[in-house]
This record gives sequence, structure tokens and C-alpha cells, in this order.
Amino acid sequence: MSEAIAINPTEEQVARDHLAHHFDTPQQQFDAGTLGMWMFLATEMLLFSGLFCAYAEFRATHPDVFRYAGQYLDPVSGLINALILLTSGLTMALAVRFAQTGKRFALSLCLALTMLGGVGFLAIHAKEYFDNGQAKLLWGTHYAPSVGPNGKPVAPVTGLTALVARPKPAASPGWQSLKSLGKAGFVVSHSAIMPASVGPSGVAASQKPAAAENPFQPANVQVFFGIYFLMTGLHSLHVIIGIIVIGWLLIRSLRGEFGPGYNAPVVYVGMYWGVVDMVWMFLFPLLYLIH
Amino acid sequence: MTTITGNTMGHTPAVAAKPDNYLTHGKTIGSWLFTLDHKRIGIMYLITALLAFFIGGMLAEVIRTQLLVPQGLIFHGTGSVASSYAAYRYYNQVFTLHGIIMVFLVLIPIIPGALGNFAMPLMLGAKDVAFPKLNLISYYLYLVGAILAIVSTVLGAVDTGWTFYTPFSIQTESYVVVMVLGIFLVGFSSIFTGINFMVTIHKLRPPGMSWFRMPLFLWAIYSTSLIQVAATPVVGITFVLLMMERVMGIGIFNPALGGNPVLFQEFFWFYSHPAVYIMILPAMGIVSEIIPTFSRKHIFGYEFIALSSLAIALIGFLVWGHHIFVNGQSAELDAVFSFLTFIVAVPSAIKVWNWLATMYKGAIVLKTPMLYVLSFIVLFTIGGLTGVVLGALSEDVVLHDTYFVVGHFHYVMMGGTLIGFIAGMHYWWPKMFGRMYNERIAQWTCVVLFIGINLTFFPQLVVGAEGMPRRYASYLPVYQPYMIASTIGAYIQLVAFLSMAGYLMHSLFYGKKAPMNPWGGGSLEWETASPPPHDNFETTPSVGDPYDYSDLVFDPAVNGYVHIEKPVESLAPVTATH
Repeated sequence: MSEAIAINPTEEQVARDHLAHHFDTPQQQFDAGTLGMWMFLATEMLLFSGLFCAYAEFRATHPDVFRYAGQYLDPVSGLINALILLTSGLTMALAVRFAQTGKRFALSLCLALTMLGGVGFLAIHAKEYFDNGQAKLLWGTHYAPSVGPNGKPVAPVTGLTALVARPKPAASPGWQSLKSLGKAGFVVSHSAIMPASVGPSGVAASQKPAAAENPFQPANVQVFFGIYFLMTGLHSLHVIIGIIVIGWLLIRSLRGEFGPGYNAPVVYVGMYWGVVDMVWMFLFPLLYLIH
Repeated sequence: MTTITGNTMGHTPAVAAKPDNYLTHGKTIGSWLFTLDHKRIGIMYLITALLAFFIGGMLAEVIRTQLLVPQGLIFHGTGSVASSYAAYRYYNQVFTLHGIIMVFLVLIPIIPGALGNFAMPLMLGAKDVAFPKLNLISYYLYLVGAILAIVSTVLGAVDTGWTFYTPFSIQTESYVVVMVLGIFLVGFSSIFTGINFMVTIHKLRPPGMSWFRMPLFLWAIYSTSLIQVAATPVVGITFVLLMMERVMGIGIFNPALGGNPVLFQEFFWFYSHPAVYIMILPAMGIVSEIIPTFSRKHIFGYEFIALSSLAIALIGFLVWGHHIFVNGQSAELDAVFSFLTFIVAVPSAIKVWNWLATMYKGAIVLKTPMLYVLSFIVLFTIGGLTGVVLGALSEDVVLHDTYFVVGHFHYVMMGGTLIGFIAGMHYWWPKMFGRMYNERIAQWTCVVLFIGINLTFFPQLVVGAEGMPRRYASYLPVYQPYMIASTIGAYIQLVAFLSMAGYLMHSLFYGKKAPMNPWGGGSLEWETASPPPHDNFETTPSVGDPYDYSDLVFDPAVNGYVHIEKPVESLAPVTATH
């Protein structure tokens, strides 16, 4: 709103109608809301920061676990989701612009597209979760993937690659399937990863029997999946909340409530959606591209 | 929002006949439960937090009674080890609940929630906080959190201590998840309050009130909000992780699953150490308001007090490691955290010196709020200095987990935060309810409470230095004299608090009508009626120096202070002393 958009007398009246009793001007009210929203988003980042700290702590003390477990995730799904979120970020930013310029149809369209992006993201992510569940690539005591020959885990391909590539049963992990799409036969062996003989000092030894069955698997792989599900789960929760709130905006937009005089909710939700996008831009490389 | 303005307009003709205030503006229960008025929300916080304080205080009396005899007076076995274990588990539950209720439901929300909500917009000359609806949501998050905490007590009271250290909190059979969920909600209440207050101070200051013309209470509230916003989300995610540990077995903090229990301690204290500044900073703000008012003298070192609040808020984020000196932290980190702990004592000391300098050569009026402030300075100084003792590495290794720590933080929390709150409550009581309490009884109560607190907690410092561990349901007979003294002190405190409840309740119905400005305060909340009208001010007040008392004189006709035409010659000396 800092940029000057010509406000005609009717819109000025709309702005006055939305002015709460304890503010002097619509500008003051809008600035207060913006500042409040930025601070709220800062607390959201801090909420995630605890998980990022946990990630850093465990990655520093269990580098072998992260290298080993990272290959179970499918970078193609992660990348497509990143592109989807980036696109929805664009449509959301356009929605804010159209709200400010009073283009109501374009506003509604952009909001609907943003919602669609969010739903698409969740759908792909749900497929990944489902495959993780099938392969028992889960957290804590639920981590129990069956082990193939040469210590290679069975069918760990997750996400979209599984749909497209259809790797052989008992095949290599997802990222290898990705590479095999372009460079047939190029397979990096697991054996490059040395098994961890001992856990880091200060951390109790794993009680997982899987480590004994699979000589290539370091201890405590389940910790990675604990962190993976926490980080992506919290992020998905934010996407769900975002979709709901954008749906509420869409209804109001279809009623014609937003225009140059009053568009603060669209701006605030746009800020929120931008942060949700941004978190994924950190999660994607940290979780999917570490191998 | 617009409807409210409409209502106010609609009622104006009827209001003109009989003076309307925020307490009488709308008489239905709904007008309280769904109010967006910061003053009413403040009163609702006050009532809820005082109820929580009553429960927490009763639990404290149970703890002290238990410790009257070495084997425990209330919870003790029938001779066998197993029966003792079962009985002492109840003791663990009692001190855990005492800690959780006092920390999360009383100390953290009581000053910002009750006094901050009530006084802050008034001191700004504003009509409300920036986000009134969010303010109400904050209150209900707090209420629901408090109810969940109490529900968990009924289901199976938590016995982990208020710190919820893993892995015990993962293993214990008590209802940790319900309790932690309750605290999680209270945490979000705290975050929203912090955002609300910071935006209010940024955006709703009246023309003419620059940052360095704000009353110091607002600086304190601002610094507190900064910590609330920056630290609470971290404990929020920590408690989410703890719930996930118990519900899903996620394994981040569970060593049996490859997790790291010390990480929980790091996360917990990253919040919970700054949280003690959430508790103490607003109390310091109250002290900074009361001292100049009752010394009839301009505050000394305004900028230093204001900026030391920010300094405490910022440095307070860098000292959490001193809670885990003996829990496997490296010696290098220990040394850094010890050093930073010493540093954070400096801004607190700056405040104390400036308060003393303000009182120096002032015309001190020993009314109840001022008496409590003097108690605050004594008790907080003891608490602060024992904190420096604990911040020293080698001493902490000896004193860790002894009653010395208990004595130290009760001096700070009880003698600092709670006494500061009580001082503020007495200071703004006439403004809140439009009634004066019985001054003489209130003064004596303050003296009794001061004696009670010292008698309770000073023996704990001594017995801790002699080696008595904290959180034990039984102890060696050699410590019994100290324990008896401490328990007597706790009973004396109970008497003082019952007296306080009595005369404050009495004042609500039979107290003398309060004038607009009973103490001669210079900040804007004293420029409106007691109690204030729904919209806070009939006319927009003019902003001046909040600590300039030169034009305020006592008028016996209204039993309060009124403005006079400022004598020109009195202006010079006042500014000169500043």
C-alpha cells in the first residue's frame, strides 16, 4: 500500500468503513497489521528453527545416517513440489496486486490457482508419505525396511519417480532411478558408505535390530526419518492452513469485498504464503539433496 | 469494530446522565466474555492468574508442610522402601504442579496480561491495543491452556518437575501430553500478546510521544514482548517434539531410539532462561514507575533504565547454557556461558543504582506501592547476587540441584516478579476499580509479607550451601531447623496473602471512591477518570514528560493530585537535577 494507487472517493469511503475505532487512519491500521504479520511470520520461522537446530545437531553427530537415509527420498518429487510452490507464490503475489488494483476476476482466479498449487503439493507429498509407510521408512521403532541382497533396501523408491520409472522390485533407491532415467546403467554403489561401527559419544547405542541385518546401514537411521517427518509434517500443516485461509479469501473475493480501498487480508495472507514457500526452499535441499 | 463505535455513539445520550465507565459499560456476562476492551481483558487475566496463584500457593504450603519433619509429614511410607516410593511420588507431583502453575500460569502472564493490558494503552493515550480481537484470543488460549493443565492433574498429575527433562518425561506414566499441550497453548497466548503489545507501542504512540518520552513501564513491556515473541516459539516446537515422543515415539530426545536428551535441555532453557526475564522485566518497569512517583522526583538515568531493559532482553538469550553446566556441556562452552551470565547482571545493577539515585534526596512517600517497591529492591538484590554466585562455574558445580538454587530463584521470582506485580496492582488498583483500599492494613501486610518471604527463603540458601538437595521428599535430620524456619515463613506469607485478599475485596465494595490521580503520577493513565470510561479518554490527553511532577499538587478536596499552572521558576531546578 505504500506505493501510491489512485483511490477514488468511493474507495476512500470503503477504507474508512473498515477502519477500527482505535486507529486514526487506514494507513496506520494497515501498517500496524503489516508489522504484526511480519512479527508473526518471524515466530513461525522460529518455530521451524527448533527443527532446523535438531537437524543440524543430528547431521553433525550422525553424518553417516544422513548420507545413507537421504537416498531413500525422491528428489524429483521434491523438485516438482518446489516448482509448484514457486508458481503458487507467483499467483499469490499476482493476487495481491490484483486486489490492490481492483481487478476482481483476476484476483479470484489467482487465489483459486494458488489453492490448486497447494492441493497439488499436498497430493504429491501424500504419495511420498504413503510410499514411506509401505516401505516402513518411518521414525523410531516404526523404522523397519526389509533388506535386500548386498544390504540394499527393498523398493524404497518413493514419490513420483515410483510412478514414472517403475523400477524393478528390490531395486536401488529413488535417486538412482532418477539417474537411470537419463544415464542407463549408471549406479552408484552403496558400498561407498561405510557402516558406522560406533555411535557418536554421548548418544546411547541403537536398539534397532536392522543394523545387525544390514551391514551397510549405519545405526540410528530412524532419527533421520523422525526429523524428516517432523519438518515436512509441520510444513504441510502450514500448507493446509494456507489453503483454508486462501479459500476464505476466495469466498470474500467472489463477494467483491476487496479493492483498492480494502485489501489488507489478501496482503497479509500473501506474506504468509511467501514464508510457507520459502520454508520448502530450505527443506528441499536439506532433506532431498544431501546424498 | 464499526459496530462497537456505533454502540458507543448510540449510548452516549444515556451515558451523559450517569458517568459511565468500562466496568459499567455493558452489564451482561456476554459483554465480559466477548469484550474487546483491553481493560476488561486485563481484569479477566487478573482474576484467572490470581486463581492460579491461589492453587499454586496452596501447593507450596503442602510442600512446606511435608518438609516439617525429615521423613515427611504428609507423604511418607509405612516403613518399606516400596511404600515410601509410592508416597514420595505424590510429593513429586505436588512440587511439579506448584512449579508449572506458578511459572506458566502466574509469573509469565500475570504482569503483561493483567497490568500490561490494563495500563499500557492508557499510558499511551490510546483507545485500545493494536489488535483487540487477537487480545481476546490470547486470553482464551491462556484460559484453555490453564484448564488443560488442571484436567491433566485430575487424570494423572505430572511428576517430572516443571522442566520436563527427557527421557523421564517420555517414560513416566503421568499425563505429560495433556499438560504439555496446555502449556503449548499458554505459550501461543504469550506470543500473541507479545506481538500485540509490540505493534501497539510501535504504531499507536500519540503524536509527541517519542520513544524516549515513553513511560519506562512501556519500555519494559516492549522488551518483555520482544522475548516473548523471539523465545516462546522455540519452546513451542520443543513441547510439540515432546508430545510427538510420547504419542508417536519420534525419537529425537529419546536415547533408546538414537535421540539426544541433552538437546531437549538446550531447547528448553533457550526459552526458559529468557522466560525469567519475561517475568522480571515488567516488574522492573513497575518499579521504575512507582519510585519517581512516590519520591516526587524525576527518574534518574531514564535512558539507562530504558536501554538496560533491551540489554537484558538481548543478553538474556545468550546465557541458557548456565543451566546445564554439569550435564555434559564442554568446559569451553561452560566458560563462555559463565562469562555471559556475569554480563547480564550488569544491566540489572544499572537499574538498581538508578532507582536508588532517584530516591536520593527525594520526598519519599511510604505508601503501600512504594513499600512493596522497597521490598522488591532488597529481595531482588539478594536474588540477583545469589544468581551471580550460581553463575560462577566452580560454585555452580557444588550448588547445582541444591536448595541454594531454590532459594535463589524464589528470591527473584517471588521477591522480584511477584512483589513487583503486587506493587503494580496496588498502584493501579484505584484506577482499575475506582476504589481505595485500607492503606494502614495494606502497609502492615507488606511488612508481614516481607518478613515471611525472608524467613522462607533465606534458610533455604543456607541449607542449600550446606548440601541439601532440592526436590527431595525427605532429608537428613541435621537440616530440620532450617526447614522448620522456612515452613513458618511460608505460613506467615499465607497470612499476609489472606489479609491482602481480604482488604482488596473489602475495598471493592466499601472502599473510598478513588480520585483521578491518587498518587500524583505523571503518565497519561492518571489523566482520565478512575475507573476510565470505555473509550479511555474523554478528550485526547496532551503528552508531556511522564516524570515531571512540578505542576502536580495534592488537593485535599478531591483527595488526589491535580494540575496547577506550572510555576516558571520551578522548571529550572527540576531539569537541572535530571
